[in-house]
Amino acid sequence: MSDPKIEGFDLKPGFSGMAKDTASDQTMFKGVHWGKAMMWIFLLSDTFIFSCFLISYMKGRGSTMVEWPNASEVFGLHVFGVDVPLLLIAIMTFVLITSSGTMALAVKYGYERNKKMCGWLILATAIGGLTFVGMQAFEWSKLIHEGVRPWENPFGAPQFGSFFFMITGFHGTHVTFGVIFLFIYAYKTFAGHYDEGKRGWFTTMKGDYVEIEILGLYWHFVDLVWVFIFAFFYLW
Amino acid sequence: MNNNNEKEQQSTTHKIGIYLWIWGLLFVLSFFSYMVDWYQFQGMLRWSLILFFMFLKAGLIMAFFMHLFWERYALVNVLLWPMTAIACFIFLMVSEFKYTVFTRFFYFVVGG
Repeated sequence: MSDPKIEGFDLKPGFSGMAKDTASDQTMFKGVHWGKAMMWIFLLSDTFIFSCFLISYMKGRGSTMVEWPNASEVFGLHVFGVDVPLLLIAIMTFVLITSSGTMALAVKYGYERNKKMCGWLILATAIGGLTFVGMQAFEWSKLIHEGVRPWENPFGAPQFGSFFFMITGFHGTHVTFGVIFLFIYAYKTFAGHYDEGKRGWFTTMKGDYVEIEILGLYWHFVDLVWVFIFAFFYLW
Repeated sequence: MNNNNEKEQQSTTHKIGIYLWIWGLLFVLSFFSYMVDWYQFQGMLRWSLILFFMFLKAGLIMAFFMHLFWERYALVNVLLWPMTAIACFIFLMVSEFKYTVFTRFFYFVVGG
């Protein structure tokens, strides 16, 4: 969160503050760490990529003359003799939201310089992400066994497969990279790099708990994208 | 450096309650959106409920988990205004797919 007093003088809130910040000769995002501003810009560009995928999915689905596969049947699971619609997807959603919550708490404890809690919560987040990727791998292999291909599938419109693999695959890649970085940051937290201000690998920036918040932004964004994929691809 | 950290601490931590509340709300909203499929609502009701829960969840995540609620307007507005470009793109592509599906029916089914 930006600190209105960090530049050494009081900043105005609201839209007049925005006009002053934007027109000022110095930094525009006052009190915002540069790494955080850059992460936000990256996430903005990522938003556009995911939007393009989802919009092309909308166009493909809207313009096909063949019936679109019924998502709640395609993604249903057969457990204990009952067909439950979208069961796996619902569990994946809850797992991702859980990991998002633990990440938010990790950021909070990081700023309170509570090394242990912060580290364990990042680790919990990483494990949640790993579970999510595992379930996605299971879902993919199940659908591939059932004959879903990017060019054909036994359920309906042939475009279904290409959109499914592209969108969930791109999201899954984001989750995978997030998990890798979560493990690295969990190690760095436990090792005390953020308490000592140890420098990172590719940067002269001194380690600080703001890095946890930057990582948190990325992780919440992955959760945010899943909210849209869940709504448009699985529920619609 | 120390002084700086103290300042940061004042503004950057919030009570744990707010996070737990948002977390709980996200669970409840996800459960509701799953129920939309469970009860197989159809038509406008289904779409409006899906969109309603989706935007509510997205808003909560961005406002509180991603801290946008506490950020300065300079950052918030830089992030949110570009979304109108996406809205325009959606609008364009909706008219595009309507035209495509119309021509497909016209030439493939009706026969031109």
